[in-house]
Amino acid sequence: MNVVAYVVLSGILFTIGCIGVLTRRNAIVVFMCVELMLNASNLALVAFSRQHGNLDGQVAAFFVMVVAAAEVVVGLAIIMTIFRTRRSASVDDASLLKY
Amino acid sequence: MTAFWILAPIMTIAALGILFVRKAVHAALLLAVVMISLAMLYAALDAPFLFAVQIIVYTGAILMLFLFVLMLVGVDASDSVVETIRGQRLLAMLGGLALGVLLIVGLGQVSLGTAVGLDRANSAGNIQALANLLFSRYVFAFEVTSALLITAAVGAMVLAHRERLTPRPQQSDLAARRVRDYQEKGTHLGPLPAPGVYARHNAVDTPALLPDGTPAESSVSRVLVARGTIRSAPAFADDIDEIEAQMGGMAHAGRDAAVPATTTEQAPATLSQPTRTGAGVTTRATTGDQTGGGDE
Repeated sequence: MNVVAYVVLSGILFTIGCIGVLTRRNAIVVFMCVELMLNASNLALVAFSRQHGNLDGQVAAFFVMVVAAAEVVVGLAIIMTIFRTRRSASVDDASLLKY
Repeated sequence: MTAFWILAPIMTIAALGILFVRKAVHAALLLAVVMISLAMLYAALDAPFLFAVQIIVYTGAILMLFLFVLMLVGVDASDSVVETIRGQRLLAMLGGLALGVLLIVGLGQVSLGTAVGLDRANSAGNIQALANLLFSRYVFAFEVTSALLITAAVGAMVLAHRERLTPRPQQSDLAARRVRDYQEKGTHLGPLPAPGVYARHNAVDTPALLPDGTPAESSVSRVLVARGTIRSAPAFADDIDEIEAQMGGMAHAGRDAAVPATTTEQAPATLSQPTRTGAGVTTRATTGDQTGGGDE
């Protein structure tokens, strides 16, 4: 059972999430890509937990899931508030601090 | 390892799909594919607790939250293709690919040796072993997590709450507003007419016919008009003679003998019975039969 393959897959998923955050314009899709990156890091944690034969990696992945849930709740509430005032969920429209 | 080689291409393709699909709902569904596949990989990696948590928390709760917000924000809120920073998309692609190559090449050269495996750590059961760790070494982090969750819940409530600036209109206020609109703008006081109802087609997407044969625009929902899914009412009314000819039989003969087809449209106006705008074609058909009966 080779753990390196799992870690490489986690790297691929992380890269895809990273590109998504940088290129997509819809705030909700950007958020989904952040979730994809968190999931990729979770996969690496669980794989390394198996490699080293202790469960600390799984506990860390569990904490990442909890933090991700809290982050999604607050982030989506912020997106809803922005959408309510601007009628748009695009990350380019919230540029008031620029002026 | 079989599960990995089956799931890894599926996950990679679904994750790439998130980058390229136009609609946010499709991206959410592709993310669900990635997350469920990831749960299966956790099961293959001797993490049954995380397998369950991944499906319940991520796919069940977080993705449903995403879909809720998508429905609130508008399903067709798709990406704009306009670049606000020139060359940003290209640079992001190049940077991302560089990161990917770095990660894959770097990780590909690592030799981690043989995996220890979790058989010994999981010997008393995966959940029991995780609980032992969680409530001993990581108990402080666990307590801090509860503070984080409460903060998130309060924060979501504060952010989503909207203060009502004007008093809520009561029923008497609404009635007074209707009468005022009638006085000032001549808006109809009563309820809007019902959509067309036909024996062949009974749907809210077909406008009713007015007594003069024109469709009543106010009888169909504004939402359907905006979506462009309105059917043509005259198209349904025009081929009534054709349909009746196909059906043949008594109705056709009786109706033709009584009244010529061209005058039936004006017939309801002359009758004493009230004409409802919502039932243009039905009144046309029934009055034809009624006048026929009266003549006989």
